[in-house]
Amino acid sequence: MGVTLTENAARHVENFIAKRGKGLGIRFGVKTSGCSGMAYKLEFVDDKHDEDLIFESHGIKILVDPKSLPYVEGTELDFVREGLNEGFKFNNPNVKDACGCGESFNV
Amino acid sequence: MALLQISEPGQSPEPHKHRLAAGIDLGTTNSLVATVRNGIAVCLPDEHGRTMLPSIVQYRADGDVVVGQSAAQAHTTDPKNTILSVKRFMGRGLKDVIHVEAMPYDFVDAEGMVRLRTVQGVRSPVEISAEILRVLGARAEASLGGPLTGVVITVPAYFDEAQRQATKDAAKLAGLNVLRLLNEPTAAAVAYGLDNASEGVYAVYDLGGGTFDLSILKLSRGIFEVLATSGDSALGGDDFDHRLFCWLLDKARIAPPSGEDARRLLMKAREAKELLSVCEEAPVRASLASGEEVSLIVTRDDFARMTEHLVRKTIAPMRKVLRDAGLSADEVKGVVMVGGATRMPHIQRAVADFFGQEPLTNLDPDKVVALGAAIQANILAGNRKDEEWLLLDVIPLSLGLETMGGLVEKVIPRNATLPIARAQEFTTFKDGQTAMAFHVVQGERELVADCRSLARFELRGIPPMAAGAARIRVTFQVDADGLLSVSAREMASGVETSVLVKPSYGLSDDEIADMLKEGIEHAEEDMGARALREQQVEADRVIEATEHALEVDGALLDDGERAKVEAALAALRELRGGVDHAAIRQGIAALGRATDEFAARRMDRSIRTALTGHKVSEIEV
Repeated sequence: MGVTLTENAARHVENFIAKRGKGLGIRFGVKTSGCSGMAYKLEFVDDKHDEDLIFESHGIKILVDPKSLPYVEGTELDFVREGLNEGFKFNNPNVKDACGCGESFNV
Repeated sequence: MALLQISEPGQSPEPHKHRLAAGIDLGTTNSLVATVRNGIAVCLPDEHGRTMLPSIVQYRADGDVVVGQSAAQAHTTDPKNTILSVKRFMGRGLKDVIHVEAMPYDFVDAEGMVRLRTVQGVRSPVEISAEILRVLGARAEASLGGPLTGVVITVPAYFDEAQRQATKDAAKLAGLNVLRLLNEPTAAAVAYGLDNASEGVYAVYDLGGGTFDLSILKLSRGIFEVLATSGDSALGGDDFDHRLFCWLLDKARIAPPSGEDARRLLMKAREAKELLSVCEEAPVRASLASGEEVSLIVTRDDFARMTEHLVRKTIAPMRKVLRDAGLSADEVKGVVMVGGATRMPHIQRAVADFFGQEPLTNLDPDKVVALGAAIQANILAGNRKDEEWLLLDVIPLSLGLETMGGLVEKVIPRNATLPIARAQEFTTFKDGQTAMAFHVVQGERELVADCRSLARFELRGIPPMAAGAARIRVTFQVDADGLLSVSAREMASGVETSVLVKPSYGLSDDEIADMLKEGIEHAEEDMGARALREQQVEADRVIEATEHALEVDGALLDDGERAKVEAALAALRELRGGVDHAAIRQGIAALGRATDEFAARRMDRSIRTALTGHKVSEIEV
C-alpha cells in the first residue's frame, strides 16, 4: 500500500527536481482547511523529518507524515494534461466527497 | 478536480488561495507569457505548442480581431489593418514616430498619442497592445486553470513615464491586474538567478528583432540596481536578414525584386541566418516568379564578414554604458544574452572579446525576459512570502524644476534608483508673493529651454511674507513603475498642491541619447550660462530690494549718501544687461558696500520702532 506515482508522474517529478537543482523527493500529505475539511499538500523535500514514512515509486521518494497517512493511504498520483493546463491528479480511495474544485475533500 | 502543482517546502497554498500569477514579455516583434509551476519558471505554449506570439494585430472587416501567427499572414494582404510593432507607438505622438512615411498605416495625429485608422475604426496603441495582452492573459488562465491574480509586464529600461503609463493602461483594458512593470534587463538577470549569484556588476546584451538594448545592473545584498542603459532603437536581427538578402542579390546578380519574390528571398535569408548559428554553412535555394533561380552557399565566415559593421554598431553603446556607469569591461562579472539574434556565433564572440569572458547563453534568449517576469510575478502575488525581494530600476534622465532665470534645479538625478522620493525647499522671490508656478522638466542640461517639459502646476494661497521667508517643500516621488508625482507644500500654512505626471507623449530613446550627449558636449557652455543666469537673478533681487528700501526709508539718507547708492544701483543695472557674470558679481558686491550704512540705519530704526511699542506686523524690514 502506501502512496505511489504513475510512471508518467514519476518522470515529471524527476524532471522538476533536476531543474530545481535540489530535493530529496516530494512530500505528500493533508492539512485541515478548505471548504470540505481537508486539503492536499504537495511539496518538494529538502529536509527529512524523523517520523516521515518513505515510499519509493519509479525511483522517486515520496515522504508522508504519519498523521496524514490514514487519509492518503493507497493514493496514486498521476500527471495529466487537460487542455493547456497540466498538473498532478490524485486517485485517493479514501475520499467520500470533495468540493467542486477538488482542492479540498472529506474522508 | 483541480490539478495540483508541487510547492516549495512549507509553502503549500491554502485551498482556493493559490494566487495565479504570470509574467508577460510584451515585445516589439514577439510576446510571451510565463509562469512558475512546480517551482520552475516556464513559458506557456498555445494549443499548437508555440510559446512566441507575434506582436501583430489584425482588425478584420467582419469585426473579428486576430492576434499572432494568423494575423502575420494578413500582413501582406491587408497591411493597413494589420498592425506590427505597435510597441514603437506606445505613449508617442505622431512626430515621435520615425519612418512614418514607410509605414502602411493610416495615422491619425491625436492629442497625446498617435492613433491608427482601421476598418474597425480609430484605434490607439494602447487598445492594440491590449489585444495582445488579452490573448496572453487568456492563454495563462487556460493553462493555470483559474483567474490570474496579477501579472508582471516587462518594458525597456529606457521607457519614459508616458510609455510606462500606456503599457499599464493597455493591461487594464485587457482586464489584467498589473503587479508591477519590470525592466527587461532586470527580468533577464532574474531568470538567470543572478540574484543568488555573487555580488557585483552584470551586463545585459539584448539584441531583438528590431531593437538593441544594453544595460548594466549592479547586484548587492540580493538587490538589483540598473546602473546605466544604452542602445539603438533601429538595430536588430532583421538588419542581419536584410544584409544577407542584399548579399544574395549581389551574388546571384539579380535586380532587387519586389512583392512575393522579395518576401521569399528575405525569408530564405532568415532561414540561412538561423541555420548558420548551428552549422558552418547554409544553402540558399529559391525559384523566383521572374523565372530566375537562386542557388548559393553562404558560410559562417561570409556572413560574419558581411555583417561585421552591424556587430560593431553594438560595441559603441557598450563603451558608452560602461562609461556612464563609471566601470571598465573587466569589472563586469557576467554578461546575459537576450533576444534571438544573440544566437549568432559571431555576436557571442564579439561580446566575449569585449568583456573578456564567455556570455551566459544557456537559457533560451527568446524566453529569458518572460521567465524572469514570471519569477517576479510569483513573488509579488504572495506565493513566496518568506522572500524579501526588491528590484531597483533607474531614472533614465534627471528630473527637476525650473527656477528663476530659466535654470534647472535637479531634484532627482539621472540613474537614481526606483522607487525614490526626494524633497527640496524653495522660497518666494518677491515680497508678499502668494502664488508660485512650478515647471517640472526632464533632462541633463542646465537651462530649461534645453530640457523637456513634463508638467506645470501652481501653488496658491501662500500667506504674504517677505521674499525668501516662505518655505515651500517640493517632493518628487517616482514609484516602482517609474511614474512621477510632484507635490508642493507651504510649510507654515500647510497649503498643498500636487500633480501626477502623465506627459502627453514621451521621449524616444534616441532623444534620450541625444539629450545625454548634448548634456556632456555642452557642459562647459552650460556652466557659463548657468553662472550668468544666477548672477543676473541675484542682481535683480538686490536691485529690487534696494529700490524698495529707498522708497520706504529714503529719508534715512542725506542727498550725498543717496547719490552714492543710486550710482552703485545704476552701475549694477548696466552690468546686469551684459554677459560677464564676474562683473555682475562685482557690481552686486559694490552695491552691497554702498548700502552697508543704509542697511544698518534701517535696522536700528526697526529696532527702535519695535521697542517703542509698535506691533511687529507694522514694521517693514
